[in-house]
Amino acid sequence: MAERKTIELGYEGVPTDRMRMNVGPQHPSTHGVLRLEVELEGEIVTDVIPHIGYLHRCFEKYAEKMTYLQLIPYIDRLDYISSMNSEWPYVMGMEKLLDITVPEKVEYIRVIFAELNRIANHQIAVATFGIDAGAFTPFLFLFRDREMIITLFEAASGGRLLYNYFRIGGLSGDVPPTFKEDCLSIVKQVRNTNKEVMDLLIYNKIFVERTANVGILPADVAINYGVSGPMLRGSGLDFDLRKAEPYSIYDRFDFNIPVGKGEVGTVGDCWDRNVVRMYEMEESCRIVEQAVAQMSMEGDVLETIPKKIRPKANEIYCRAENPKGELGFYIISDGTAIPWRVKARGTSFVNLSVIPEISKGYMMADLILILGSIDIVLGEVDR
Amino acid sequence: METLEIFDRLQAEFGAEIIDTGGAAPGDLFISVNPERIVDICLYLRDSAEMKFDYMSSLSGVQNKDNSFAVVYHLYSVSLKHRVVIKTGLAEENPKLPTVERVWKCADWHEREAFDLLGIEFEGHHNMIRILNPYDWEGFPLRKDYQGQEEYHGVRIPY
Amino acid sequence: MGLLNRLGDPYNAEGVILGTMEQILNWGRAKSDWFMSFGLACCAIEFMAVNASHFDFMRFGTIPRPSPRQSDFMIVSGTVTMKMAERVKRLYEQMPDPKYVMSMGSCANAGGPYWEHGYHVLKGVDRIIPVDVYVPGCPPRPEALLEGMIMLQSMIRKEEIFKKRDKIKAEDEAKDIKAV
Repeated sequence: MAERKTIELGYEGVPTDRMRMNVGPQHPSTHGVLRLEVELEGEIVTDVIPHIGYLHRCFEKYAEKMTYLQLIPYIDRLDYISSMNSEWPYVMGMEKLLDITVPEKVEYIRVIFAELNRIANHQIAVATFGIDAGAFTPFLFLFRDREMIITLFEAASGGRLLYNYFRIGGLSGDVPPTFKEDCLSIVKQVRNTNKEVMDLLIYNKIFVERTANVGILPADVAINYGVSGPMLRGSGLDFDLRKAEPYSIYDRFDFNIPVGKGEVGTVGDCWDRNVVRMYEMEESCRIVEQAVAQMSMEGDVLETIPKKIRPKANEIYCRAENPKGELGFYIISDGTAIPWRVKARGTSFVNLSVIPEISKGYMMADLILILGSIDIVLGEVDR
Repeated sequence: METLEIFDRLQAEFGAEIIDTGGAAPGDLFISVNPERIVDICLYLRDSAEMKFDYMSSLSGVQNKDNSFAVVYHLYSVSLKHRVVIKTGLAEENPKLPTVERVWKCADWHEREAFDLLGIEFEGHHNMIRILNPYDWEGFPLRKDYQGQEEYHGVRIPY
Repeated sequence: MGLLNRLGDPYNAEGVILGTMEQILNWGRAKSDWFMSFGLACCAIEFMAVNASHFDFMRFGTIPRPSPRQSDFMIVSGTVTMKMAERVKRLYEQMPDPKYVMSMGSCANAGGPYWEHGYHVLKGVDRIIPVDVYVPGCPPRPEALLEGMIMLQSMIRKEEIFKKRDKIKAEDEAKDIKAV
């Protein structure tokens, strides 16, 4: 226990102890197994020390033991909420190393699935953030819609959560024949629900009161901490890898980068980060619509998959815009069928490291909201 | 700015500290530097008006084929939209180099991770303890000669 | 309301239920299991999906409780690591008797895909706590988890409360432990 001292609370002589409190690893609001050691002065947070590693599943050890193809299921389990997106940078890096150009159809399917998975991820993010703030209804609405996306993924890949769908040079199988209609009906449903969620949750007076001006993250601090994704864009910086260095076929689509504007509070607060996710779902819907219109259902998705994956000794860092931010894989090959080293630059790992910076001086209840607004997934933090 | 151009600038500024460029297409080109003045090099890369590498994508520890170690910095400039890879080599015994934590805050956890998994020590880091494995874990799991523990706190680990 | 239909008009006090104390107690216990809401890894997302609108877990009489002290059973949803193992064990010990454990997914059953080189993964949660129902899958489909719930309920309904109590008493006496 720290030294006993008195602070100014407006009324005199109230002695307070600085208290150390433990949050997690089993806590409904830590979104998994995160442990926070919080130092409190009354109800005010003075320091936060995150303790991570409760889900350290030795991914990088597995990367040195498995072949290039066998590694894809383990990559699914990094960011298990958006598996399609997680597989992409790895597959893309390997294609660069092996010098493979994938067919157009594969690129379109990848874009559509990545964007649909982005929607599914943001649905979970907004839904759980709603629960953290005390709103249960949006959770039910958003999970109902998510089930539609999951059903489509299941029809294509066979998995509901972990897909193992992308292959180096192609995909594991073709999409169902009703693919385009399914995509458009999902987009329609997502738009309807989002309108409702905007009224029900985002512009709700209670929600605005709780999240505006809480957990403010200035853009320069965010960049110094390496924060990316909706968190960085919530701070008002329009940085998106899909625009900054367009990979795949993202240069063919017309979409905007939503940024936080401080509409109800300050730029970079919890509300901004959350509203950016809502607008991003809309942008993803637009990309899906355009991709469905441009895409042709003719063609083979398996033709460019190499029989033998044995890249020459080389190294590459390949990254893509995940729903949570920049996910990168640093792959070192040594000429054998097994990678020498694969380092995963986990988005959530980096994004979480900013929490001591942005939660000092807020209430304990706000800390839960700040943590929720970062949208971490512990599989990626601990790997 | 291209990697070779950055290499020339760095060599003009730091001389013999900058060793060589390496790597080949289709992979990434990288610049090898000596670990002693890594903080100055990183500060130069961050603050110089032509470079402005304000964003650190990733910091990785690597064990090479000859059991020596390397630390790889993947840097990016949000404002100028260019990237560079910096690599430092370290000895097999007792790998050590100065921390770049005060250049990019992002490096804090990445360095702790490299310490945890590979045993690379970053001098001057404010909190050089394990991050992923438990604090009383033995050995560095990502080293190629790592033998897993048989038991941890009375629970058997192997299958 | 199948029971009330079989009894005829319940408001006219015609219906009589015959059963042993054990049957009635077990029926009540099986239909109001409170679980500890506690997510570990990937399976927790499927677990959330089961709790949400589409699969509606609460129709089994289950209610999520954030504290182990208020829960009847615990769903170990995902990979248990060495760092987490002690915490899982402590959470189990904090739960009041009678308590049950459902192991969800391959990781909690036997280490799952991390069985071989996972130096930091516990190869099956049954190494630290007793497990009643194993649900296979990586991750299990929501239907599989619902099936696991039905199995747990039928297990509870067949339980012999009084015999079990006598047995525990006899065991304690043999070990010379006095009940407090």
